[in-house]
Amino acid sequence: MLEITNLHATVADKPILNGVSLNVPAGEVHAIMGPNGSGKSTLAYVLAGRPGYEVSEGGAAFDGHDLLAMEPHERAAAGLFLGFQYPVEIPGISYLQFLRESLNSQRRARGEAELSAGEFIKLAREQAQLLDMDAEMLKRPVNVGFSGGEKKRAEMVQMGILAPKFAILDETDSGLDIDALRIVGDGINRIMRAPDKGVLLITHYERLLEHVRPDRVHVLQAGRITRSGDIDLARELESTGYAEAAA
Amino acid sequence: MTAPFPTHKQEEWRYADLDALKPVWEQFAEPMTLTVGPGERLEEIWLPSGDDVQLRRVRLAIGEAAKARIFTLNTAAVYGRIELEVSLKEGAEFELYGANIGTGLSTNEIITNVKHIGVGGRSRQVVRSVLNGKAVGSYLGKVEVARGAQKTDAEQSVKAMLLDRGATANCKPELEIYADDVKCAHGASVGELDAMQLFYAESRGMDPATARALLLEGFVMGLWETATEPDAIAEAAREALRRAVG
Repeated sequence: MLEITNLHATVADKPILNGVSLNVPAGEVHAIMGPNGSGKSTLAYVLAGRPGYEVSEGGAAFDGHDLLAMEPHERAAAGLFLGFQYPVEIPGISYLQFLRESLNSQRRARGEAELSAGEFIKLAREQAQLLDMDAEMLKRPVNVGFSGGEKKRAEMVQMGILAPKFAILDETDSGLDIDALRIVGDGINRIMRAPDKGVLLITHYERLLEHVRPDRVHVLQAGRITRSGDIDLARELESTGYAEAAA
Repeated sequence: MTAPFPTHKQEEWRYADLDALKPVWEQFAEPMTLTVGPGERLEEIWLPSGDDVQLRRVRLAIGEAAKARIFTLNTAAVYGRIELEVSLKEGAEFELYGANIGTGLSTNEIITNVKHIGVGGRSRQVVRSVLNGKAVGSYLGKVEVARGAQKTDAEQSVKAMLLDRGATANCKPELEIYADDVKCAHGASVGELDAMQLFYAESRGMDPATARALLLEGFVMGLWETATEPDAIAEAAREALRRAVG
């Protein structure tokens, strides 16, 4: 489903990714762990198409299409979702307006009918409720005044509403307390665990992985994958740290 | 007798499009007067007429403990000017929420002179400009606090968004204070759309034009939030933004 081949990328002319190869087949959840500065967020941004993140070599295919040739909004319409490590605040625009515009943009691009205001509000309420978020919060400006945990939960509500085929979740677990972690973990399973979907879960900690149970765990260090394994690898990292794991 | 035709040497006409003004000057030479009696309330929403050149010159006198609120959208295709001379007596309140939205070669300006005459008056002016092409958008705002107008609370917040290198924003808050126990705040900024906000919106599926339009809408729409009947001006502002973003 997502095939990354020998991906090299630079940010401000500095090489960050140095040959990442990774294949996430449909129906699987893969986790990427790694120390700070190893290139985890860069990988997420490159796959989502953030300006300034330049691919210098290699490529990525999504459902057989050249992902890197697409604009960010085309990637979204194709079914890719990025859960941001630091969700962005947008004063003056309510979450409802932002997400309705997002969803209908995607639907237009795919040649599907747009949702009416009523249909959309119903969908948004359902998804907020499933993530234990007060639907009233969706009337507030995007992420303005939200706590760190609320922002991450709101990212999952967005994912529920947009219903992507593939989600890249960049440290969605940071800033969450234990209860919120369980709710978010359940949300990922509910929304994304399906034979035709896939997830790339970027995290520092093993705890979320106990909820989501990835099929594969990869270690990213200095811009390349140094080890791959199953969830036992994540548990090993939790007890030994990355320095040991690289040895 | 018609007032003399202005020149660019006069500060309040410095950025004006005088060529566009000339043919219509007779019609607008004298400001209109609005009076709000003691304790009364006034709320006005000034929508654009759609004319290429549109001027509003208003003298607004706000009586003791009276309140006046003006919401205005300035978006003439050639030259738009909103000019307000306001006087506030004791305990009076004045609020102005205005937007300049322009593209092409247009000039749109909001010029105010707010005179706090009485004790304890409050004024709040919020102006947002969105400018594309070679458009000019200006806010020249003078606040005068007379001797004895203690406990005056005056605020000016001016922000402009430039969508093209050729666009120009002029922001000039000016204070003239002759009382010592007053609060006069002013802030001005000129900027471009935030790259991270744009990427966030695009990553959710909005094409760049839609994302830009939405972010600009957020920048402007906060102005009408407190209006009693915001729908018409909000819709007109949306329409003006669509034209300006192109």
